[in-house]
Amino acid sequence: MNGTIETNMLTYRRRSQVDKVLRGCTILATAIAIVPLVLIIAYVLLLGGAALNRDFFTDTYRPPVPVGIDPRTGLPIEGTGEDAPAQVQAQGGVLHGIVGTLMVTITALLFSLPIGILAGIFLAEYPDTPFNTFIRFCCDVLSGAPSIVIGVVGFTMIVRPSGTYSGIAGSIALTFLMVPTIARTTEEILKLVPNAVREAAMAMGAPMWYSTLTVVVPTALTGIVTGALLAFARGAGETAPLLLTIQGNSNLSFNMFAAMAALPILTYKYIESPFPAENQLAWGTAFVLMMLVLGVNLLVRITTARIKR
Amino acid sequence: MAVATQPALATQTAHSMTVRGLKPFYGKRLAVQAMDLDVRPNQILALIGPSGCGKSTVLRCLNRMHELIPYAHAEGLVKLDDINIYAPGIDPALVRRKIGMVFQLPIALRTRNIYENVAVGLRLGGIKNKAELDARVEKALRDANLWDEVKDKLHLSGMALSGGQQQRLSIARTIAVEPDIILFDEPCSALDPISTLRIEELLLSLRQRYTIVIVTHNMQQAARISDRTAVFMVEKTDDVPIGVLIEEGPTEQIFSTPKDPRTEDYISGRVG
Repeated sequence: MNGTIETNMLTYRRRSQVDKVLRGCTILATAIAIVPLVLIIAYVLLLGGAALNRDFFTDTYRPPVPVGIDPRTGLPIEGTGEDAPAQVQAQGGVLHGIVGTLMVTITALLFSLPIGILAGIFLAEYPDTPFNTFIRFCCDVLSGAPSIVIGVVGFTMIVRPSGTYSGIAGSIALTFLMVPTIARTTEEILKLVPNAVREAAMAMGAPMWYSTLTVVVPTALTGIVTGALLAFARGAGETAPLLLTIQGNSNLSFNMFAAMAALPILTYKYIESPFPAENQLAWGTAFVLMMLVLGVNLLVRITTARIKR
Repeated sequence: MAVATQPALATQTAHSMTVRGLKPFYGKRLAVQAMDLDVRPNQILALIGPSGCGKSTVLRCLNRMHELIPYAHAEGLVKLDDINIYAPGIDPALVRRKIGMVFQLPIALRTRNIYENVAVGLRLGGIKNKAELDARVEKALRDANLWDEVKDKLHLSGMALSGGQQQRLSIARTIAVEPDIILFDEPCSALDPISTLRIEELLLSLRQRYTIVIVTHNMQQAARISDRTAVFMVEKTDDVPIGVLIEEGPTEQIFSTPKDPRTEDYISGRVG
């Protein structure tokens, strides 16, 4: 009898030690995972925040000008040191990038919302057929596809034939990215709507479309909006597909049928620049992008929390 | 509506159903052996039996809800008065407007307020006149014994009501479109005893105008409210369970002198 109890005590001690070790490992791993996150946020907040000023939001690209040279005349300003030209002054802003990102991403959202939501309804509400399974599989593959591939496809299918980089080509490339995400989130959310709700609508003699559009979809609306917002945030942060489709533009342009700027492209170009002033702008655009994603996520959290309550 | 234009019966409001050789299937599996059943006008018919005996399946065949389940279908003849609801060309949606259904879980449509929860079926039927909608919503809520409790909060969400109230709201939604028959699928099994009592009173008062079929697990409930009772059992052939209608008759007779010994066993609590 005693022996049994002692054996139990031994395994108990070992079990509790294993438990402590495992817990330590998880805490350590979490800490390691959080380090880069904190670094990213801190860097972007500190460096990016410092780059923000009025010009940043209202001005477009200005060629870098050495300190001590008057940008209007191109002549040295009196009273500055001889070796001043080694420094370059921060100039201009990224209004063209903000406008480009908003126009391209919102257009992409307008394309992908109806397609994605209807596809999601098809996947969730209609009986499974091999065709359904095939579509679902395609969505999963497409949403996991490297975004540069989407860019290449957009370049080959739209930019080449049309002969020009354009904002609309970027919107279509982003649509390729956003549709599968929206379709699958819509499907998952609709599947959470209890079947009893559908049956209640059908038992009143409602046709399928009426039940789906006026009862099932409104019940799941917050979830669908959440999916759309997250797809929007993802689209706004994509760089590779846009590089190959809208190319970038140093001037403010509202023309969706010509090359446009976008914040991720500006970030990419400016961070590679040899001029510290332009590197500063890159941190600024990174800051704005982070705030966009953060804002959208907060919006999602607030709306879903309110509905749940 | 094709179903609406039928010859007048003895009593204007009462309708009957005739079931002959009904065989509900899930995929290729027969769920209930071919069965006959008569649903008499202005009566409450209770379907009782142990779990898995197919009574809910049979109920769902009566207004073509069964076929909404993937791969499910039914064979046989089901007539509302003298129209075969499974005849080709009959729209299941119209059948369901004529034969309403109330489910086990009360369903308050979350995105609609109390008023709209009742009005939804009426709007679906094309009624747009505000005064007429108001009148019919009020009448349905009164008939469902709910009006006095909700008349001051018609604009509130149906989710704000208690379970019993939500079930009466579901009933109001069903009777608002004035169906010929109302099917109840265990309407009280999610409710407390007092709410159950109120629903039972409601069923008895609805019987004066409607023909009712109710599936219930509660034998006392069947005994209290039904005029006739149909008893289902599960039989196993080659280890495959299949539902069988073993006996149907006046409720009094079923509960006092059942013909089938299995009915007696079930009623006295020895099986199921």
